[in-house]
Amino acid sequence: MPVISYREALRAAMREELKRDEKVVLMGEEVAQFNGAYKVTEGLLKEFGPKRVVDTPISEAGFIGLGIGASMLGIRPVMELMFWSFSYVAFDQIVNNAGNIRYMSGGLINCPIVIRGPANGGTNVGATHSHTPEAILASHPGIKVVCPATPYDAKGLMKAAIRDNDPVYVMENTILYNDKGEVPDEDYIVPLGVADVKRAGTDLTIVAHGRAVITSLKAAEILEQEHGVSVEVVDLRSIRPLDEETVLASVRKTHRVLLVEENKPFCGVDAQVAYLIQSKAFDDLDAPIHRVSSIDAPQIYCKRLEDQQLPNPARVVAEALKVLA
Amino acid sequence: MAKPVVLTHPESLKRPAGPSEYAKHPVNTALSKKEKVALYTKMARIRHFEQRCIRVYQQGKIGGFLHLYVGQEAVAAGTISLLGKHDHLITGYRDHGHALMVGMGMNECMAELTGKVTGCSQGKGGSMHYFAPDKNYWGGHGIVGGQAPLGTGLAYAVKYMGLKGSCLAYMGDGAVNQGAVHEAYNLAALWDLPIIFVVENNGYSMGTSQERSTAHPGCLAKRAEGYGMAWDVINGHDVYEVRAKTSEALKRAHEESRPTVLEIFTYRYYGHSMADPDKTYRDKEEIKEYREQKDPVLLFEKELLAEKVLTPEQVQAINEAAMAEADEAAAFADASPDPTVADITKHIYWEEDNRGPKTTSRGTIIFE
Amino acid sequence: MAEIIDMPKLSDTMSVGTLVKWNVKEGQTVAFGDILGEVETDKATMELSCTVPGTILKIYAPAGAQLPVGAPICAIGKAGEAAPAPGQAAPAPKAATPAIPESTGIPCVPPAPAASAAPATQSDGSRAKVSPYAKRMAEKAAINAGALAGSGPGGRVVARDVAAAASAPAVAAPAGPVNVAVAPPADGKGIQPDADVPVGGMRQTIARRLLESKVTVPHFYLEVEVDAAPLMAMRESLNKRLAEAAGADAVKLSVNDFILKASAEALRRVPAVNASWAGTSIRQHSAVHLSFGVALEDGLVTPVIRDAHAKTLKDIAVEAKSLIGKARSKKLTPNEMSGSTFTVTNLGMYGVTGFFGIINVPNAAILSVGATIKKPVVDAHDRLVVGHRMVIGLSGDHRVVDGANGAQFLQALKQLLEEPALMLI
Repeated sequence: MPVISYREALRAAMREELKRDEKVVLMGEEVAQFNGAYKVTEGLLKEFGPKRVVDTPISEAGFIGLGIGASMLGIRPVMELMFWSFSYVAFDQIVNNAGNIRYMSGGLINCPIVIRGPANGGTNVGATHSHTPEAILASHPGIKVVCPATPYDAKGLMKAAIRDNDPVYVMENTILYNDKGEVPDEDYIVPLGVADVKRAGTDLTIVAHGRAVITSLKAAEILEQEHGVSVEVVDLRSIRPLDEETVLASVRKTHRVLLVEENKPFCGVDAQVAYLIQSKAFDDLDAPIHRVSSIDAPQIYCKRLEDQQLPNPARVVAEALKVLA
Repeated sequence: MAKPVVLTHPESLKRPAGPSEYAKHPVNTALSKKEKVALYTKMARIRHFEQRCIRVYQQGKIGGFLHLYVGQEAVAAGTISLLGKHDHLITGYRDHGHALMVGMGMNECMAELTGKVTGCSQGKGGSMHYFAPDKNYWGGHGIVGGQAPLGTGLAYAVKYMGLKGSCLAYMGDGAVNQGAVHEAYNLAALWDLPIIFVVENNGYSMGTSQERSTAHPGCLAKRAEGYGMAWDVINGHDVYEVRAKTSEALKRAHEESRPTVLEIFTYRYYGHSMADPDKTYRDKEEIKEYREQKDPVLLFEKELLAEKVLTPEQVQAINEAAMAEADEAAAFADASPDPTVADITKHIYWEEDNRGPKTTSRGTIIFE
Repeated sequence: MAEIIDMPKLSDTMSVGTLVKWNVKEGQTVAFGDILGEVETDKATMELSCTVPGTILKIYAPAGAQLPVGAPICAIGKAGEAAPAPGQAAPAPKAATPAIPESTGIPCVPPAPAASAAPATQSDGSRAKVSPYAKRMAEKAAINAGALAGSGPGGRVVARDVAAAASAPAVAAPAGPVNVAVAPPADGKGIQPDADVPVGGMRQTIARRLLESKVTVPHFYLEVEVDAAPLMAMRESLNKRLAEAAGADAVKLSVNDFILKASAEALRRVPAVNASWAGTSIRQHSAVHLSFGVALEDGLVTPVIRDAHAKTLKDIAVEAKSLIGKARSKKLTPNEMSGSTFTVTNLGMYGVTGFFGIINVPNAAILSVGATIKKPVVDAHDRLVVGHRMVIGLSGDHRVVDGANGAQFLQALKQLLEEPALMLI
């Protein structure tokens, strides 16, 4: 099976969907001639031309609103935000329009859009460029949110997102863009709402999404080698819809849970997961649910400190040992 | 494209007595008698529907907001009467007139106001959110200016699909200062979109007159020049003029795929919404003057009487029928049931409403 | 068709309005938009604008009237039409809006079946920290999780603690009640109805605590036979004295009262028995709080006499009687039912000659008193005489009380009962 990067996997997904459905259009800042600020869309302008791959001005509210309006007539725009941090200038369009039009029309309309881009810290770019808004967006009924952690999931979820007839927001990660993994050549999707057990174990369940999955897998290795603990890592993959069953099944098996996220703690994704677990698997818990989030402050600039602000394997291991006490 | 340099708003609506100078414009002479009567009837229906809503609101049956279109009928009537198969429209929350013009029924519109399940949005939208995709009408939007980018999207899609069409994106004079509108203007001009931005300038954004809110000496459409777009101003009490000038913008959209900004001067007799005590910011005399001399429905009525297209008896019959229809709609709304609690979580996601062999997403999507 | 105009809702907070003045009269023709009058609301005085063109048929609300929103104020219709009576509004809405049906599309999580409500208590009575999973495991294994030493953070009992306890050989968890099918009587007339008698709260608690005690405390048993004759003589003489002094109101000392007093004194002499097992230590108690059994219709309660070591025989007797009365009328307070350090039970009144009770955790021992019976005994001079003998049993917690301590205690008790005067010193 080919081994390709997360970036290439996203590109492959978009290429395949551009080929498959002539209504699919890529839009965003620098996606065409510049080949993408992070080269995710490299080569696509050349292959598909300027009608299918469109450079937009720096005008998020404008072009995202345009994409939503076009989607009402059946166009399927895949709109790139150079950083999800830029979504806030288009918040009204992203949340009020895309999220509500179906409901307010009593089901007469749907908006089959995808908004994609990196949602991550850890790149030394400061507080206004390092947001992870998956929880904020997922809190709006009408919106779907996915967070692929591996190249395989990136391609599968992106294709599923593009084919989905509702607004799907894809949280990528610039640090993961270079990660390599096995990705099938053929057409496949990862359905929304299906989590994945990335590592099976018996003593502790770690639930994570996005890059926190990779961090947790590293921590799980350390816990096994140095502490003899068998850790199960559940990758949510999809935030809304959320695969509750896979999470609960793991908790019922191990009885101890650690949640890991790159979100800030207050009302992050893990706050919802913690509620879910204590609500539906209370009697299976042998310890309170613990959580490792980013340290609760705007993203710090100093790189060495940012690496500690984000969950890292050391912090995850330390917290895991507390859960196991 | 000669445009008069416009003075402050109320002055601009001076109109000579006698027939409209636009009555002879080809787009108007092309109308048959029947079509003219139909146009008048539609304007009368908007008028009476809106007025019937006042009573329903005062009876406490309409919660939330109610933004009336009374006084602005010629704008919706004139523009929408020109639209063809691939012409789409979108507007803000003062959307009842546009809804009735595209052919939505009074029953479903009234029922929506009272939140009933028989409403056009099944009680889920309310006054500000009337939609009729099958009639190319894309709402009804609550956030000022938020619909402008959506309008560019509709125009974009029409162009993308190679159709000869357009999108009319309506907004009020208060919307022109919103960032989203400027972004929409830029995209429309940059990408040559077949869009017509229709600024329904009724002189007031809520309680703030244009003079107090907008940094420009009295002509909002002129901003289009900053984006290299064509623009025009129209007297909105004259439905013939609205039709004449809008048809040129439509032609530009259909044939050249280029945008236009139209500023249509009009007036609203009531406050911004029913909750707005408008007497605090304007003169009773001002309103009275409009009613008597510049009321678009009255003026068109006079026009058609003069043209001998209508008789006074017919005028009365049309108005009575419209009132009766509005009364029936109110009764229909009263008799209709509310949606159920189970309905609250429907129509959120297309995939949930259309579960089938093709839908692939699983997991929990509505939380408790 | 005449229309009734109601007092309009002119602001979102308005509930009543005053019809300040009318601008029109009955019989007058009005057009849409004409100002009919003025209405004063909670916020301002507003114009009442006409929304139904026609003729004013009737004015219901005179100038100055204050009416709630929705009350009729006038009727407008065609000239000459009869004005409707105000109660007779336009035809009522054809279908009443049905009440919002109960069905919800939102899946409700059904309430979890009520688990046993009693929180696990640790041996010192405080609320134990037990993880939900450990609690579930413990319930299945019929182990008192709260009595276990918790190895989790903060002393929390966790799954491994329960697993260890469950596999420990000494405590073979008894299975739940085995329902063996029992054939009904062949003659159709049984000794009592075949029935499932529901078990109330008291019996549940008794069952739980006694099982816990039997299963977790290593009981051992000692027995002593006491010559009860001196005790009976003293009792008779003291009761006579008390009666002389107070007549019918006199306190009547019972055999049990003597036993209680003697137990307190015996504990003073062998205080090691006045203690509790605390896991990593033995808690010595400085006070003697005696509990004694009182049989009730639905079970047994054990009220507590506090500071028995400092009370006279008479005090003890009075208090015991009061507690018995309260027990029977179910008026014992929780304070009066807990905190004992030693328990005395007596089945002598039923003729039981001797028995061994189950320790009332967290006591270290329980005294079981049998009936005083006449039997042939060998006296000090090796003669066969009639003796009055009482058999007293002691069940001890072998973690706290050694055989020797237990024996010493019984020895002391026997001495005190056979020579009651010793209780004076």
